[in-house]
Amino acid sequence: MSLTEKTKIIEAKNLVKKYGELTAVDGISFHVNAGEFFGFLGPNGAGKTTTMKMIYGFSPVSQGELKIFGMSPQDDLRNIKRKIGVAPQDMSLDPDLTVIQNLQIFARYFDLTKEQTEKKCEELLNFFHLKEKATQPIDHLSGGMKRRLLVARALINDPEILILDEPTTGLDPQSRRVMWERLDDLKKKGVTILLTTHYMDEAEELCDRIVVIDYGKIIEEGNPKQLIQKHGVKNLEDLFLKLTGKGLRD
Amino acid sequence: MTESISWKYAFKVWYRDFLVWTRYWWTSLFGALGEPVLYFVGFGYGLGALIKEVEGVPYLEFLAPALICSAIMHSASFETTYSSYTRMEIQKTFHSIAMTPVSVREVVVGEILWGATKSLLSGGVMFAAIAIMGLVHSPMALFAIPVLIITALLFSSLGMLMTSFARDYDFFTYYITLGLEPMFIFSGTFFPTHSLPPLVQRLTWLLPLSHPISITRGLFSGKIVEGFWISLLWISVLTIAIFRWSIRRMENRLVV
Ligand SMILES: Nc1ncnc2c1ncn2[C@@H]1O[C@H](COP(=O)(O)OP(=O)(O)OP(=O)(O)O)[C@@H](O)[C@H]1O
Ligand SMILES: [Mg+2]
Repeated sequence: MSLTEKTKIIEAKNLVKKYGELTAVDGISFHVNAGEFFGFLGPNGAGKTTTMKMIYGFSPVSQGELKIFGMSPQDDLRNIKRKIGVAPQDMSLDPDLTVIQNLQIFARYFDLTKEQTEKKCEELLNFFHLKEKATQPIDHLSGGMKRRLLVARALINDPEILILDEPTTGLDPQSRRVMWERLDDLKKKGVTILLTTHYMDEAEELCDRIVVIDYGKIIEEGNPKQLIQKHGVKNLEDLFLKLTGKGLRD
Repeated sequence: MTESISWKYAFKVWYRDFLVWTRYWWTSLFGALGEPVLYFVGFGYGLGALIKEVEGVPYLEFLAPALICSAIMHSASFETTYSSYTRMEIQKTFHSIAMTPVSVREVVVGEILWGATKSLLSGGVMFAAIAIMGLVHSPMALFAIPVLIITALLFSSLGMLMTSFARDYDFFTYYITLGLEPMFIFSGTFFPTHSLPPLVQRLTWLLPLSHPISITRGLFSGKIVEGFWISLLWISVLTIAIFRWSIRRMENRLVV
């Protein structure tokens, strides 16, 4: 898809997620255009991960409407998942397998052929500087390498939408820069990226558009630069604190 | 979730577990066979020297088929309790597979199929060893294979059902000590159930393990035991019911 035609690739209307009594997501509406770099910001427990889980269908929607590629996760989950890559927050790499096996097994789940798998693994290991570690078990990797592998794995199926739940948490500044460069490359290729992060400089640097979520509700949305101007603050971090206050959430 | 099961995807999950197993298969088989071999030597030869014959066959021959069945029960049960639980709760493997086109349901089915396969691998090695030792007296023993497959699926599913209830590993300790071990003892593994008081005898009929043991024991000496078909029907129905129930419960647990 080209970047100019503004296709709404994800569309949420009054989306609600309840876990028993707890309302984790409380009627949010937003859309993501194809090719956009979209950020979900918000304090701990705001409902960011929950929203992402609804998008890739792990968590059923309680109320409201959610369309991805124009399809509903309830009816077309398999077809949606074919075109999505997810790097989850909890770093769920497969510890029983080596680095390259982690990629190969995912390729298998996505029905890639042997040739496609080989080519893709080679490409991703290079792209994320993991070539030397290919045959190592996961617990031999540093935190930064694990995060990179997690994103590499999410790209195995050449997804149209890449969902990244805190991909840079725990990374040193160097690794974070490397990750930013990689994400920028992907954006240039036309991949739609959904990012959550607690690093406001990161969101400011990368995102075309953000939403700020608090207590399951969207409290602000727009382009980071424009929002900073609109609120007359120095940077996104100040804006974030202004919007969400200084109290702890968890 | 109205989505049905695609066996293709379930077998991809099966393959993941198989792939991991190929790295430690030797330890795995060694572990699975250690206990039955111990019983076989200890009880078979030790007790066999005193008892000589049970139900018209030497004690060792009486014991051998039962130990295949109970080895399958133990191995399948361990795989879908401790191992599956670890993959689900600790390693988050289920969750990450469910991010791909594979559904949660297919993950659970793949795990059950793997638990069954793994147990049949050790069961198969025992079967072969027992045959080589000359303890199988009829080609009818080959008909035991489908019965052993059902046994494997039954305990693999039952283990998964337990996992769907488990909040920690202790739960499995209870399941094994209060569920599986008494079943192991009272299903006619070491002594025929008809030597038990009549009421207890009737209760042992309900124990799923007692059926594959009696069927297999019969087939190994070329006999179709009394109640063969009803036993087969009972364990088949039980397997299907527990298989389906465990999948539904796991889905409800995982997809929230
Ligand atoms: N499986 C679950 N069962 C019950 N409650 C849950 C579950 N998952 C999340 N929650 C609750 O839902 C709320 C939103 O959680 P969520 O993980 O979406 O937050 P988040 O914005 O991703 O936070 P963080 O920045 O800490 O990752 C929290 O109150 C959390 O405790
Ligand atoms: Mg989160």
